[in-house]
Amino acid sequence: MTRPDDRRTVGSIAGVPQGPEGLRVLVIVPAWNEQDSITGTLDEIRECVPWADLLVIDDGSGDRTAAVAEAAGATVCRLPFNLGVGGAMRTGYRYALRNGYDVAVQIDADGQHDPRYLVDLIDLMGDADVVIGARFAKADDPYIVRGPRRWAMVLLAWVLSRLARTRLTDVTSGFRASNRRAIALFAQHYPAEYLGDTVESLVIAARAGCRITQVPVTMRARTAGRASHSPVKAAIYLCRAIVALLLALVRDWPAQLEEGAEMPPSPAAPGPATRPSGARPEARP
Amino acid sequence: MSGSTILGVVGSAVILLTLFEMMRRHRLREKYALIWALVAVSVITVALFPVLLFEASDAVGLAVPANLLFFCSAIVILVLTLQHSSELSRLEERTRTLAEELALLRLQVDRNHRAEQQHDPSHDESTS
Ligand SMILES: Nc1nc2c(ncn2[C@@H]2O[C@H](COP(=O)(O)OP(=O)(O)OP(=O)(O)O)[C@@H](O)[C@H]2O)c(=O)[nH]1
Ligand SMILES: [Mg+2]
Repeated sequence: MTRPDDRRTVGSIAGVPQGPEGLRVLVIVPAWNEQDSITGTLDEIRECVPWADLLVIDDGSGDRTAAVAEAAGATVCRLPFNLGVGGAMRTGYRYALRNGYDVAVQIDADGQHDPRYLVDLIDLMGDADVVIGARFAKADDPYIVRGPRRWAMVLLAWVLSRLARTRLTDVTSGFRASNRRAIALFAQHYPAEYLGDTVESLVIAARAGCRITQVPVTMRARTAGRASHSPVKAAIYLCRAIVALLLALVRDWPAQLEEGAEMPPSPAAPGPATRPSGARPEARP
Repeated sequence: MSGSTILGVVGSAVILLTLFEMMRRHRLREKYALIWALVAVSVITVALFPVLLFEASDAVGLAVPANLLFFCSAIVILVLTLQHSSELSRLEERTRTLAEELALLRLQVDRNHRAEQQHDPSHDESTS
């Protein structure tokens, strides 16, 4: 499935590995109606990691996000309709898998994630399969969240820390790096449900035996509109977080990960006869 | 324990267990499961505390409490069907979009392929 000579046509930079230790790195930016911030974000990323390829997943935006991102020099993948962050990211991981990238980094298009930390994330790839750029890891973190939203984050972080056997402070962060092993996993299992793209995907990774670790980062506050600070919304967030977490914990995920496994033709499609959609191809014991 | 209590409790327990198992096997998305879970929980509540039903039907002025039950179940089923209809419409719209996108892509691929062959009829693998 991986044809090295494909790179020439798809990457923004000719396919010569130039990252640290010769790693081929793909930066995946999920974007939905981000025409105002995407150029700045892409430029900044390019400045910090000039050797990485940029892939923007335009998730059925109603504005000029795709055109703007293309003009900024990124490879743009346009989804025909909105799939949510989970769907967009799985597209990104599939692209990474098919094109044989060693590392895939997910970063928000709205500029809240500081690309200067990208190098730190990628540097840790040797010791872990998934590296999270995490808030709340240091006492002087300027990013403040209060009330039920904060409780939800603490609860989620606590449970995930137990599961991953390491201290995680921010499991709802959309800033993370994955190596080949995790890419292969996420290319097949990346939930589209609420909080699935962050929390549930980490549960999947932990249960598949991926090593998870984190790097403390500081995130910038949102510059333009749309902050969800009403207490009702925060309470709803808490409830949904608990439901999402419980679901993730009881669901049966692939227990073992076959390394270097090729992707089945269409894992999400309803398979022949009785196989439920989304189930893994082998029969359950 | 009366027969109706047992029937209600067992029925909703079965629904809840089935829901749980279906969710566990990724056969059901949470947005559908939520409504069913609510239904099952309310059936359990009414089965265990029939007083609730009697008081409620008194409050709305119904002589036969069972009528309230039937009315409520009709409403719930109506809401569920509506939800399914709306999801179906959304899915139809999406398959339509996908088919259109696919047809356009196919056209584009065919066109590229033909252009390539005209350029270089000897081998058609070379992309530029
Ligand atoms: N592909 C895709 N991306 C999305 C969607 N919604 C948001 N995003 C992107 O996901 C990233 C994070 O979205 P935000 O809305 O900022 O979410 P957040 O950072 O968790 O929340 P805030 O604290 O409100 O900023 C951005 O890059 C968005 O463009 C979506 O439906 N599809
Ligand atoms: Mg944001």
